[in-house]
Amino acid sequence: MTGEPEAVAGPGALAAPGAPEADFIVLDRVEKVFEVRRKTGFLKRERREVRAVDALSFSVARGEMVGYIGPNGAGKSTTIKMLTGILTPSGGRLRVAGTDPARERRRLAHRIGVVFGQRTTLWWDLPLIDSYRLAHRMYRVPDARYRENLERCVELLELGDLLDVPVRQLSLGQRMRGDIAAALLHDPEVLYLDEPTIGLDVISKAKVRGFLKELNAERGTTVLLTTHDLQDIEQLCSRVMVIDHGRLVYDGALTGLHEAAEGERTLVVDLERELPPVEVPGGRVVRVEGPRQWLAFPAGRSAAPLVAHIAERYPLVDLSVREPDIEEVIARMYAGRGVS
Amino acid sequence: MAAGGHGERSAPGEHAGGGERAGSGEWAGGGERAGSGEWAGTGRIAAGLRTYGLIAAMWTRSTMAYRASFALSTLTSFAATFFDFVAIMLMFSRVRALGGYALPEVAFLYGLSAVSFGLADLAIGSMERLGRRVRDGTLDTLLVRPAPVLAQVAADRFSPRRIGRVLQGALVLGWALARLDVVWTAPKLLLMPVTVLSGFGIFCSVFVAGAAFQFVTQDASEVQNAFTYGGTTLLQYPPTVFGKELVRGVTFLLPLAFVNWLPACYVLGRPYPLDLPGWTAFASPLVAVACCALSGLAWRAGLHSYRSTGS
Repeated sequence: MTGEPEAVAGPGALAAPGAPEADFIVLDRVEKVFEVRRKTGFLKRERREVRAVDALSFSVARGEMVGYIGPNGAGKSTTIKMLTGILTPSGGRLRVAGTDPARERRRLAHRIGVVFGQRTTLWWDLPLIDSYRLAHRMYRVPDARYRENLERCVELLELGDLLDVPVRQLSLGQRMRGDIAAALLHDPEVLYLDEPTIGLDVISKAKVRGFLKELNAERGTTVLLTTHDLQDIEQLCSRVMVIDHGRLVYDGALTGLHEAAEGERTLVVDLERELPPVEVPGGRVVRVEGPRQWLAFPAGRSAAPLVAHIAERYPLVDLSVREPDIEEVIARMYAGRGVS
Repeated sequence: MAAGGHGERSAPGEHAGGGERAGSGEWAGGGERAGSGEWAGTGRIAAGLRTYGLIAAMWTRSTMAYRASFALSTLTSFAATFFDFVAIMLMFSRVRALGGYALPEVAFLYGLSAVSFGLADLAIGSMERLGRRVRDGTLDTLLVRPAPVLAQVAADRFSPRRIGRVLQGALVLGWALARLDVVWTAPKLLLMPVTVLSGFGIFCSVFVAGAAFQFVTQDASEVQNAFTYGGTTLLQYPPTVFGKELVRGVTFLLPLAFVNWLPACYVLGRPYPLDLPGWTAFASPLVAVACCALSGLAWRAGLHSYRSTGS
């Protein structure tokens, strides 16, 4: 473990109380070990240690928007729970805005916003506006600031008609928008989103993404989001971290992830009639079904030259591009590297 | 007659929260780590009371939006608990005394127990829902707010209609006081509010301890009901009708005897159960404080274990 920065920093550190801008969120060899007890027979129990998070180190600068991805059970939610102070790490050092989340949970709560995609922070049986009024008082948001933030959220997330509706009657997309607004009324410096677009329709997804983009650009809110949807990352995050088996296996740009994984995208073309497999430089036909053909091409490249080439030489009716999903990308990453 | 109490709890409108999706419930077990993290003290208590007030006020406002419904459900709560006492009155149409206690004396015990318990149930009765929150993971949403979790859990679904039980208990107590053949001295008069407040504290700590236990076993709300609803029903009868072992248990293990039995024995001039010394009638406030402290510790331990295991 490295030394406490408070201890090693010189007098210059006084200028920046709390966290340095570059290390707004810092994890240094953070671990979370759970003990699982399983019944193996009558009165017999097997104890097993599960390392949900294993020697995880990374840092996030203030104002960054980072995608945090990985397969189910990789340790994403456990990381978020440690960052918000819900869970206490078993080892290592963790700081958010200069504070230890587990020790100073309530103090940190004023500075962070959290949206859990699968469980709402709103008061289930009460009208949406009640949750906001309570947050106003509970977080001690100044009246003018509260009104301003609420108006802004209501406008951008289109919540106007929903304020008097009990939360349980909202659709998933409406509820998610309501949850995001609730997490932002107290001007958090960092926003954690755990699967914010899960189960949403295309329009709701677009609304949520647009809002987050604007929030990050205008207010400089640091955003860390976990997701299963690569499009979330593509449209929002300049940086992506991949976690698997509790370890960080990739940290960098999304395009780099595709390269690291040697990932391929798929171009689906509908031709006028059944034809032999098309011949295009940079792509290869992997499947033919009547007039429809599937072409694989490297995920890091643009589809435009392929499309132009095909449109010029073949009777093209329609086309679409399919992204590889995250599980696939990560599976390839392992296959390519030859690790377990 | 405890069934009356259960019926009252599951009145319509209470069970609408089922839509919150269950969490993944990833791990069980006992990861351990030293260092409790948060500070105890007056600041914490003030923060807790403020949080409690905010949430309870929100639920009260929401209930009062439908006044007729509130009036009706309060009346139902009142009536349901009133049948408890009707059963006792019916019993006295056959017998002249129960364990040596006449009807006004039993009513006195009943009133003290019902008012104390009713107040505790009104204040933090919703805590029995904690197990569900632990199971479906919605407890996490309370942990990301800048407020003590205990206060949030205690005030969740605060339901003013539970005042019905308090009113009913107060009515019986008032009737008993009018009918009792007691010479009211200053200590006896003083003992009345002290007893009710202490009983409130003791029942509250039973609710908190029960909730703390639900961190360990999430389906323990029935066990908790046995101690809360079961306890108050037990206290409605004189200690003389119960076996010595049971009386010992509710004196030394789960000190419910201090809610009403011991102070009532002093007021009524009756022999103390288990030949306890006379000062025990005045020990209720101390017992209540001790119970609250212990259940507070149990709560802290429960929450701490949740935060290290996440289950």
